Amino acid sequence: MSLIKDFSQRIALASFAACVILQASPTLADDAAAVAGGSSLLLRNATVYTMARGATEPLKGTDVLIENGRISAVGAGLAVPAGVRVVDAAGRAVTPGIFGGLGHVGLEEIGLEQTTGDYAQRLGQMRPEFDVTLAFNPESMSLGVHRTNGVTFSVLAPASASGGSLVAGLGAPVGLDGSAPLPSRAMFVDLGGDANDLSGGSRAAQFMLLRQALVEARAPNLVMVHDERLLSPSGRQVLLEFLKSNGLFVFDVDRAADIRNTLAFAREEKLNTVIRGGVEAWRVADELAAAGVPVILDPLDNLPDSFDKVGATLQNAAKLRAAGVTVLISLNDTDVDDAGKTRQAAGNAVAHGMPWMDALAAITRVPAEVFGAADRFGSIERGRPADLVLWTGDPLDVSSLPELVVAGGREQKLESRHTALRDRHYERVKAGAAR
Amino acid sequence: MSANRSWALILLASVSLSLTACSSSAALQKSSAEKSADKKDAMTESVAGVSTSTPYPSTYRPAPSVPTLIRGATLLIGNGERLEDADVLLQDGKIAAVGKGLSAPAGARTIEARGKWVTPGLIDVHSHLGVYPSPSVEAHSDGNEATAPSTAQVWAEHSIWPQDPGFEAALEGGITTLQVLPGSANLFGGRSVTVKNVHAVTYQSMKFPDAPQGLKMACGENPKRVYGNRRQLPSTRMGNVAGWRAQWIEAQEYMRDWRQYEKRAAAGAKDLRPPKRDLRLETLAGVLRGEILIQHHCYRADEMAIVVDMAREFGYRVSAFHHATEAYKISNLLAENGVCAAVWADWWGFKMESYDAIPENMILVDAAPKGCTVVHSDSAEGIQRLNQEAAKGMAFGRRMGVEISPEHAIRWLTQNAAKAIGLEQKIGTLEAGKGADVVIWNGNPFSVYALTERIFIDGAVRFERESPRRESESDFLLGQPAAMGVIR
Repeated sequence: MSLIKDFSQRIALASFAACVILQASPTLADDAAAVAGGSSLLLRNATVYTMARGATEPLKGTDVLIENGRISAVGAGLAVPAGVRVVDAAGRAVTPGIFGGLGHVGLEEIGLEQTTGDYAQRLGQMRPEFDVTLAFNPESMSLGVHRTNGVTFSVLAPASASGGSLVAGLGAPVGLDGSAPLPSRAMFVDLGGDANDLSGGSRAAQFMLLRQALVEARAPNLVMVHDERLLSPSGRQVLLEFLKSNGLFVFDVDRAADIRNTLAFAREEKLNTVIRGGVEAWRVADELAAAGVPVILDPLDNLPDSFDKVGATLQNAAKLRAAGVTVLISLNDTDVDDAGKTRQAAGNAVAHGMPWMDALAAITRVPAEVFGAADRFGSIERGRPADLVLWTGDPLDVSSLPELVVAGGREQKLESRHTALRDRHYERVKAGAAR
Repeated sequence: MSANRSWALILLASVSLSLTACSSSAALQKSSAEKSADKKDAMTESVAGVSTSTPYPSTYRPAPSVPTLIRGATLLIGNGERLEDADVLLQDGKIAAVGKGLSAPAGARTIEARGKWVTPGLIDVHSHLGVYPSPSVEAHSDGNEATAPSTAQVWAEHSIWPQDPGFEAALEGGITTLQVLPGSANLFGGRSVTVKNVHAVTYQSMKFPDAPQGLKMACGENPKRVYGNRRQLPSTRMGNVAGWRAQWIEAQEYMRDWRQYEKRAAAGAKDLRPPKRDLRLETLAGVLRGEILIQHHCYRADEMAIVVDMAREFGYRVSAFHHATEAYKISNLLAENGVCAAVWADWWGFKMESYDAIPENMILVDAAPKGCTVVHSDSAEGIQRLNQEAAKGMAFGRRMGVEISPEHAIRWLTQNAAKAIGLEQKIGTLEAGKGADVVIWNGNPFSVYALTERIFIDGAVRFERESPRRESESDFLLGQPAAMGVIR
C-alpha cells in the first residue's frame, strides 16, 4: 500500500517535471491569414465590449473593422476600405460571441432518442480515452438555433451515465459555425452523490478509483493482472499524455466538503483543475481563490435539489467573485435546448449581485481562456478571427436578441430550422388557416 | 372573449352547486352509518357519486392585513390595460380600487411606488412543486402513479409535501397561485389542485378555496413509452386514443347507472342498492359534467386536433393544452374551440415530439383571433421566472415584427392563466373585487434584472425584499449547517 503510494508520488513528481503546456493556438503567421470565406464589414459607432484582458469599460462610439474574416481594426472613425459593407450600430452593444456552456450541442439531436445521443459511453469501464468530439455533428440543426441566439461556441462535454464511468472522458471547445472541434482537450469527471452508482455506492470510493487510474497511467510498466486494472492500455496512454500536457480536469461536484476533497486531491496529484456545478462553492470560496481554481456554475441552480446542494443560493456567483474566484457560467442541465440560456443565466447572476462585466466575461472571455480557445473566441481583438454579436439592447437581458452575428469569421444568417418553421406557420395563422 | 367569460361563469356556478350538494351529503353521511339503507341514505350515496373536492376541504385563511395603498406606479392590469402613475388600494383581502389619485382610508399603509411596476400575482398553471419536491430523492417521487394507464382516481393534492423549498423560491419570483398536477406517465394522470403560494404545514391550508380541480391527461410519447415497455396498451398513439375513449365510455355508463338509480330512488323504489362508488370514474364523470377542467399534456398539433375531436365526441371541453409546443401550427383551431395553449419559450428537442418547438410559439398562438396564450413552467427553476419566459418570447416576436406590449404579455401570466384553471372571476387582474394578489416589481417585469419587491396574497404581505428572511420557511432547510447564511 505505502509502496504503491510512494511509487505513485514519485511518478507524479516525474510527470509534473516533464509537464509541458500544449497550446493549440495558431502561429502568428496564421493570424495574418484570411479566414476562408471570411466576411468583410465595418460596424460603425458601436458600444464595444472587447472583453480583452484588463478592459473594464466598453469602448463607446467605436468601430470594428472585419476584413476577410479577421478583425483588422477597433477604433473610432475608421476609414472604410473599398468594397466593405458598413453596418450602422447606432450605439448598440457589440460583444464577443456568447458561450453556450458545457453541453451536447452537436452531440445529441433529440434528448430521449438514444440513436441521436452520443455524449456518454455505457461500456461499464473507465475509459478516459473516450473522446466525445468524434461524435460531433457540425450539421445538427441545433447549431443554427444557437447562432441565431448569439451563441457562437461551446464545450463538447461527455457525461457520466449509468453503466459508464465517473471518468466521463474527453471533451473540447467547438465553434458553432460548423467547423471542427478545437484541438485542446479537457477531461470530465463526475463526483458526489449522483455518481455513487458509478463508484460502488460511496463517494469515498471516487477518489480511490481516480487515484488508481492515475497510478496506472503514470506507471505504464506496472504489472497488474487483468482483473485489477481499471484502464485499458490505450486509456493509460491517453491519460498519461493528458497529464503530461497539464490537461484540464473538470470535476463536477457540488457539496462544499466534496469540493474541499477535490481541491486536496488535485493539489496532491498536481492536476490542472476546474470545478463544475459548484452549488456550494460559495462556502469554500476563499479556498478556491487561494488554489486559483475556477468554478463553472449555474446561477439558476438555487434549490436544494439533492443532499449535495443544501446550501444552494442565487448569490453563488456574486459571492465567489467577491472572493476573487474565477467564474464561468454554464447551465447544469445540458440538453441541447439549454445552451442558448447561458445569457439569461448571466443576467440573473447580475440581478443577484454579480458585477455586470464579470457576468459577461463569464460567458465570453473566461470560458474561452479556461478551455484553451482564447485565440478563437471570447474577445474582440485585432488579428483574431471575427466572432462577435451586435445586439438590439443590453446583451445580458432576455429582451435583447442579436441583430448581427459573425462566427468563425463569417457573418451568419439569422436563420435556422426554427425560423423556417416560424415563417411557414405564421403565414397560415395570418390567413386564419392554422387548423 | 365574452364567450370565454360566460363559459367560466357557467363553470363556477356548477362547481358551487356541487359543493353545496356535497356538503349536505357529508352531514347526512354520519347518520347513514347508523341506519340501514333507507331513502335518505340512498340520496346520500347518490350524491357521493358527484366528484368534488369537499372531502378534503380548504383550510386556507388569508393572513391578517391592513388596508394598503400602493401609489404612483405603472400598473399592468392583467386584462391588456396599463395605467401610468396610478394607485391600487387593497382592503379586506380584495382589490378595493384602482385609479389615479386614490386616497388612503384611515389606518392604511401607504407604499410610494413611483418608478415601480405593479402586476397581479403571477399564476403558474403547470407545476409539480410538492409532488416532485426538492430534494428530489427517491422517497419524494410522488408525481406519477405510473402503475396503470388510467389513474384518474388519484389526486395530486394527496402527494403534496408542503415543505418543498421550491414554493418560497417561486413566491420570490412573483407566483401567488399555482396549479399542481400529477405527472404525464398516464393517459389519465389524476386530479390537479390549485394552491395559494403560502407556507403551511398541511396542503389543505394552501388549497385555493372553491377552485375547480383539473384532470391531467397526457398525449403522445410518455404514456405509450411507459406502458409500451410493459407490453400493454397503450404502446402506440392509436393505443392512446383507444385508451382514452374506452375510459370515457366507462364514465358514461357509470353516470347512466347512477342516474337510473337516482331516478328509481326518487320514484320510491324499495330495496335499491346504489351503484358502487368508483373513484376513477367519479373523476371522469366530473369532467363530463363540466366540474373538473381538462389540463391536457400534448405537444404535437395533430394530436391536439384529435383530442379536440374526442372532446366533442364525448361532450366535454379541453381547458388547456400544456406544453403544446406545436400549438402555433393550429392557432386558429385552438382559438375557435376556446382552448388555451400553455407553453414555454425555448424548451425544445428534448424528445421527438418537442422537435418542432419554436420560441415564437406563444406569439403565434396569441396572433389568432381569440387566441389564448398561457406561459407555464413545469419546472422548479422556470416557475421562479415566468416573467422572463414571456420576455424571451416577446423578444422573438419583436424580431419577426410583432411587438407585444408589457400590458398585453402580462395576460399570459395572469388573466389567461386564471381562465385556464377556472379562476378568472377571482384572480388574475387588478380590478376591484378581485383577490388582492399583487406584486410590486422594481421595474419592468419583462427584464432579466426585474426583481419582486413586495408580494401580497389576499392583501397580506407575503414577501418583502428589503427584509429578507434569515431562515427558510421550509422545515427541511431549518437547522441545516450548509444552508446557514443563505439568502435565497
